[in-house]
Amino acid sequence: MDFLSIILDILLSAAFWTAVLRIATPYVLGTLGELVCERAGVLNLGIEGIMTLGAMAGWMAVYQGADLWTGVLAAAACGALLGLLHAALTVPLGLSQHVTGIGVTLLGTSLSYFVYRLVLPQASTPPTVEPFQPLALPGALAQTPLTYLAFLLVAVVAYVLYRTPVGLAVRMVGENPAAAEAQGLNVTAIRIGAVVAGSALMALAGAFLTLSAFNAFFFNMVNGRGWICIALVVFASWRPGKALLGALLFAVFDALQLRLQQASGGVLPYQLFLMMPYLLSILALVLVARRASYPRALMIPYRKGER
Amino acid sequence: MRLEPRTDTPLALRLLAPVGAVVAALALCALLVAWTGAPVLRAYGLLFEGAIGSRFALTETLTRATPLILTGLAAAVAFRAKLWNIGAEGQLYMGALAAVVVGGGMLDLPAWALIPAVMIAGMAAGGVTLLGPAVLKVRFGVDEVVTTLLLNFVVLLLVSLLLEGALKDPMGMGWPQSAPVVEAAELPKLVARTRLHAGLAIALGLSVLLWLIDTRTIWGYENRAVGANPRAAAFAGMPVTRVMLRTALLSGGLAGLAGAAEVCGLKGYLTLDLSPGFGYSGIVVAMLAQLHPIGVVGAALFIAGIFVGADAMSRAMPVPNYIADVLVATSLLCMLVAGLLARYRLRRG
Repeated sequence: MDFLSIILDILLSAAFWTAVLRIATPYVLGTLGELVCERAGVLNLGIEGIMTLGAMAGWMAVYQGADLWTGVLAAAACGALLGLLHAALTVPLGLSQHVTGIGVTLLGTSLSYFVYRLVLPQASTPPTVEPFQPLALPGALAQTPLTYLAFLLVAVVAYVLYRTPVGLAVRMVGENPAAAEAQGLNVTAIRIGAVVAGSALMALAGAFLTLSAFNAFFFNMVNGRGWICIALVVFASWRPGKALLGALLFAVFDALQLRLQQASGGVLPYQLFLMMPYLLSILALVLVARRASYPRALMIPYRKGER
Repeated sequence: MRLEPRTDTPLALRLLAPVGAVVAALALCALLVAWTGAPVLRAYGLLFEGAIGSRFALTETLTRATPLILTGLAAAVAFRAKLWNIGAEGQLYMGALAAVVVGGGMLDLPAWALIPAVMIAGMAAGGVTLLGPAVLKVRFGVDEVVTTLLLNFVVLLLVSLLLEGALKDPMGMGWPQSAPVVEAAELPKLVARTRLHAGLAIALGLSVLLWLIDTRTIWGYENRAVGANPRAAAFAGMPVTRVMLRTALLSGGLAGLAGAAEVCGLKGYLTLDLSPGFGYSGIVVAMLAQLHPIGVVGAALFIAGIFVGADAMSRAMPVPNYIADVLVATSLLCMLVAGLLARYRLRRG
């Protein structure tokens, strides 16, 4: 069989598209979360650590006997807390968003590993929980509830951002905080709120990994997904609809490389295929960098009365 | 209450800031230790003892500090020029890769020639790895934070590919590890019967050298000017792009050197667990040092002590050794606040 017919076969199978939607879910949620933060003018490099903590906290809650949705809520709450930390340091204090974000990532990751090891000191094979089961909706490929929730949230975030006063306020503090202030808006409060909400979304992406895609928590399981989400936000020019599109496109490539890896039967080293997602993200950044229109006040701290 | 910038930060305050941050981090993490049920003071006592309590502990801490000084310097020089290099981890592995290739018997040279050749190869590999994202930044305006972060994963996969393929040790019992470097490429030991090697001397020498370059040369002046305000520097006729690329080569080179020194001084061969996150801890080292090359040495010693001490402590108590990573992350966040308090003063009204 030649290469093209192999690809065609893959693209025509329903199992492939089911996999695409599953792979896309954490990217949809993570990108949406980062987008909300950045639209308010705050870069959140804590995403990788927040996703890890969400994955650990959600799984741990269910492992300790909570039901699945309580686990999801626990993950979101933990993510919101880390988001609050990031916001407290970067918004009212105006500290470097780059370095604070890296700090939040280091903290979220190390705290997750610490708590996991404390509760399960000798787990050589990670213990498992009963994860979300796929739910067949009429006319849709069977997915777990969190995937449907992720796609619903794209619409919700898009509606809130573009059709409500709250969304207008968020976009305004990200573009021109001084003008927002002049309109009587509380820039600090709105930015903190956006970062907290966005971080909760990121934690949902982590919870999806341990409660839907897999059924256990592994070390390094987030594996750069957060960083890819940051690239996807730029690729999507900070728009929720395009973010969904970007995440889906990315998932198509990722699912394709997985299948091609199997189809190639070990002729090419598997590491080459695993590099593709990261290299693709870099390529995507290079392609859009020239015409990227950043939120004007992204990464610029705002202090009342300072110019 | 509002923050008012100080016109001048006294030296005492600049020295006090990291100390205050570390004390705050230790106090915050005491809550976590208490949560595990272990006696807090005894736990910290064991940590301290495990880090510097004996000749062995001390040399272990110095050994661990060696790569941290280099990755700390890598972060410091880059951050000074506002080049956000978060890819030291990948650059370190590229340096290590170059070391096992060049030092693996390809060159038949005596030690006095081979060791510098291997170290320079490591630096070149690391430098070129960061040059890519730096070129993308100055040519296309691509944010280097994301590209350097993503490259870390690409490099690790590349190392894994080579360790299972071209570089795999035929005598390695099937483990994914490279063949050891030849004896002439091994860095000499500083203290007999310990793991402490000449990499520490190289790292210390470089931090002094970088401090001299920073304060005494036009190069250093340009670097600082570009970091402080690139537009003003360009207006004053400084070659901003060239300074950026130069900084990238230097920063990546320092991280690459850390990898080469770990291979030639400590491990002898390359595996996928060569670095337990030295690249990321280097960022914390640089921030605790307030990006000062000499300060990096002190900060690296502190972070190394935490890691070595926590390992010893967790063997004696039910406290997972990840407490070290939590302490390091907390120190970074506390340092950011402490740095702010040193630069600003609180005013009422």
